[in-house]
Amino acid sequence: MSMQHAERTASAAVRAGFLSEATARRIETAILPLAALLAGMIAFSIFLAFLGKPPLDFYLLVYKAGFGTAFSWTNTLARAAPLLLAALCVALPARLGLVIIGGEGAIVLGGVAAGAVATLMPGLPGPAGILLMALAGALVGGLWIGGVGALRHLRGVNETIASLLMAYVAIALMNHLVEGLLRDPASLNKPSTAPLPAAWRIGEIPGLGVHWGLAVGILGCILSWVLIERTTWGFAARIVGGNLRAARIQGLPAGRLVIGFTALGGAFAGLAGMFEVAAVHGSANASLAAGYGYTGILIAFLARHNGLAIVPAAILLAGLEASSGLIQRRMALPDATVLVLEGMVFIAILLSDTFQDRLKFLSFLERRQK
Amino acid sequence: MRVPALDPSPPQHAIAVETLGMTMRFGSFTALKDVSIRIPAGSFHVLLGENGAGKSTLVKCMMGFYKPTSGQMTVDGREVAVPDPRAAHDLGLGMVYQHFTLVPSLTAAENLVISRKDVPARIDWEKERADLAAFMTRMPFSVPLDVPVGRLAAGEKQKLELLKQLYLGRRFLILDEPTSVLTPAEADELLGMVRGLTTDGTLTCLMISHKFREVTAFADEVSVLRRGEHVGGGKVADLSTAEMAAMMIGEKELVRPAARLAVNGKPVMTVSGAKAADRSGLKTIEIGDLKVKSGEIVGLAGISGNGQMELMEILSGQRPLMEGAIKVCGLPFHATRSEARQFNVRYLPEEPLRNACAPKMSVAENIFFRDFDFAGGKPKFWLNGRRMAELAARLVGEYKVKTASLATPIAALSGGNVQRAVLSRELNGAVDLLLIANPCFGLDFSAVAEIRTRIMAARNAGAAVLLISEDLDEILELSDRILVMSEGRIVFETPAAGADIGEIGKHMAGHH
Repeated sequence: MSMQHAERTASAAVRAGFLSEATARRIETAILPLAALLAGMIAFSIFLAFLGKPPLDFYLLVYKAGFGTAFSWTNTLARAAPLLLAALCVALPARLGLVIIGGEGAIVLGGVAAGAVATLMPGLPGPAGILLMALAGALVGGLWIGGVGALRHLRGVNETIASLLMAYVAIALMNHLVEGLLRDPASLNKPSTAPLPAAWRIGEIPGLGVHWGLAVGILGCILSWVLIERTTWGFAARIVGGNLRAARIQGLPAGRLVIGFTALGGAFAGLAGMFEVAAVHGSANASLAAGYGYTGILIAFLARHNGLAIVPAAILLAGLEASSGLIQRRMALPDATVLVLEGMVFIAILLSDTFQDRLKFLSFLERRQK
Repeated sequence: MRVPALDPSPPQHAIAVETLGMTMRFGSFTALKDVSIRIPAGSFHVLLGENGAGKSTLVKCMMGFYKPTSGQMTVDGREVAVPDPRAAHDLGLGMVYQHFTLVPSLTAAENLVISRKDVPARIDWEKERADLAAFMTRMPFSVPLDVPVGRLAAGEKQKLELLKQLYLGRRFLILDEPTSVLTPAEADELLGMVRGLTTDGTLTCLMISHKFREVTAFADEVSVLRRGEHVGGGKVADLSTAEMAAMMIGEKELVRPAARLAVNGKPVMTVSGAKAADRSGLKTIEIGDLKVKSGEIVGLAGISGNGQMELMEILSGQRPLMEGAIKVCGLPFHATRSEARQFNVRYLPEEPLRNACAPKMSVAENIFFRDFDFAGGKPKFWLNGRRMAELAARLVGEYKVKTASLATPIAALSGGNVQRAVLSRELNGAVDLLLIANPCFGLDFSAVAEIRTRIMAARNAGAAVLLISEDLDEILELSDRILVMSEGRIVFETPAAGADIGEIGKHMAGHH
């Protein structure tokens, strides 16, 4: 009896410890990317100081242009919409241990697919057209990145290089189609597909002035988080990402998981392209290759591939990129300045991973609980 | 027998090494406390102790990997500073590790030559090859020189590690459990050779070992460490193994293996006419007929690299069969997750952290790997965090897994506790077929005893157990029936009761 009791107390104590250490880990997971962001910003300040520009002015301008007014918020959130979906294309495969950096390709082809649907059957009513465009965009994006996953699983092709190179192929394919087969003869100096019928255009979220892509993006992030953290499929995917050998010996279908999750990530990116066409540009053209896929990489890493954390990270980066124009005009800095900042933050993020489990001040949390 | 002098700077004779008051603290934890050990020139000294007793810390301080908190070291009576491993090498100190330090993509010959300090910018391979061939003829065993090391089996790699030290002309050698992957005959040969080198004054040797047989047969002296302290030792001739064991484990009580119950079972697993490629792709693994009955442990002995790991891969569905079939309970078995669940098949692969865990995931999550998607006879879509926490808390308690908390990444646990956690996961519930490979490799005394008890208990409860192990003592202790695997085939079978060890060893070594 007493032994049973002792055992029960012990397990209760362990369970109490579970909560406190889990908390400590969650804090660490949040602190590391934030510290990396700060470190990247400080390094960038030094870079600015060398150019003779006051760093403080720079950050104030970013704030003003990205988040200062209702207008700037609208602009920022409109940019955030594709970034949310593009980041998922990196974050979902990353949980299986795959580094996919070619989401840009799925965005571009998703947009072309939407444009193609509009060109081929413009007679459909609005809701059916939108649904069909979304399905086409997601399907093409899913096949594109799912193909990268399949190459990885079946033939051992490096997914990072393959996805990057396939993004170039995708952009070339888009140019080929938009300037040839799908070209609207009326588009003279900017080859595009035929303009979408007015009823097919996706409108704004009432009261926000931002198109519905933002809502879909946030929903996608929440669903991805639920899928990864709260379902058995997500758990199986995390086992595959944690150790493929262990997953295999547990009999988990590693191939199906790898291909499925890469395809899902690609489908989100394809959806981003579709929203760019249906809500922003009104037709598919070279503007689709705007670099959202590459910014998505930084966002996913900043969010540590956590679906919920992608939302603030995407808004932050969207605001930064939205401020690019104002910075160029006011501070006489080149267009690439924001890319320099993004690069510095990215390096700091990669560096911060090496500090995992080494934050000494967090260990007191665990000890206090004991 | 002399080792060729390739580097003129190290001494040409065995050297004496002594540590004085060696202390090593990591933060508030004292790993090594005031350890003074004298190892005279030409002696064969053994360092005994459980895992975590401080043996590795001590030798790492001696080799310059750690800077001791306090304490000195002398070589041949002179105080020396060893700030880094290079300094230790210059003094003639060398070490053979448990983990390999060879470059897998290079051949043995290339590994040996590049490890030298005086490699010329342009290597005259013809001359080097001739020198190496001459060197190998003086050695009591050889390894293939022209095969990439990655393709050698663990046992061969360990031999090459030892050859490398001799090739580099080291005069004080630290051996960290060098025989754990060798057959008894090979181990005897290896240690006999080291012994020969020590008695003729060429070499001084400090060996970390768990095997008393090796200590009594080859060593002059032992030093015993327990919880970082030097608790005793002396001449091997003056000590009994019981005395050494008592010093090593202190007051602790050992778990005795459960009594063997007579179970007359039906065959659970049958492998017939199975044929598959081996890891090199050059040879085949052929298992003509292998049956494991419920309530019996079939021990599969063999030197590493004779197809045991491939067999484990075949049985766990990771290596496709070219011919033949595996049947469990009379039905074809492909090791899918649903089949494993249906027939209660469980796997304990070797090196559990590497093969059965996701190192960065928590202890609780790792314990949940087998049950997360199925409960109450139904597949589950939602992950049940509470079920995970409860299962993990119960199993961690039952199997006495030492962990800071259930949220700790499993990689932070010691080897024994990782294996306990994996065992708790795989032995939970009804087990009909248990496939095990090297379950106790690198674990300490009490963990080994406990894990073997668990395996025996599973057998007594009616599980059919296939135990693939390179540790013959383990096979002899646990098995009901012993098979020997050699060159991809099962070449010998004997009941464990009254088994002739010489006969088993002969078949392991390839004499049939």
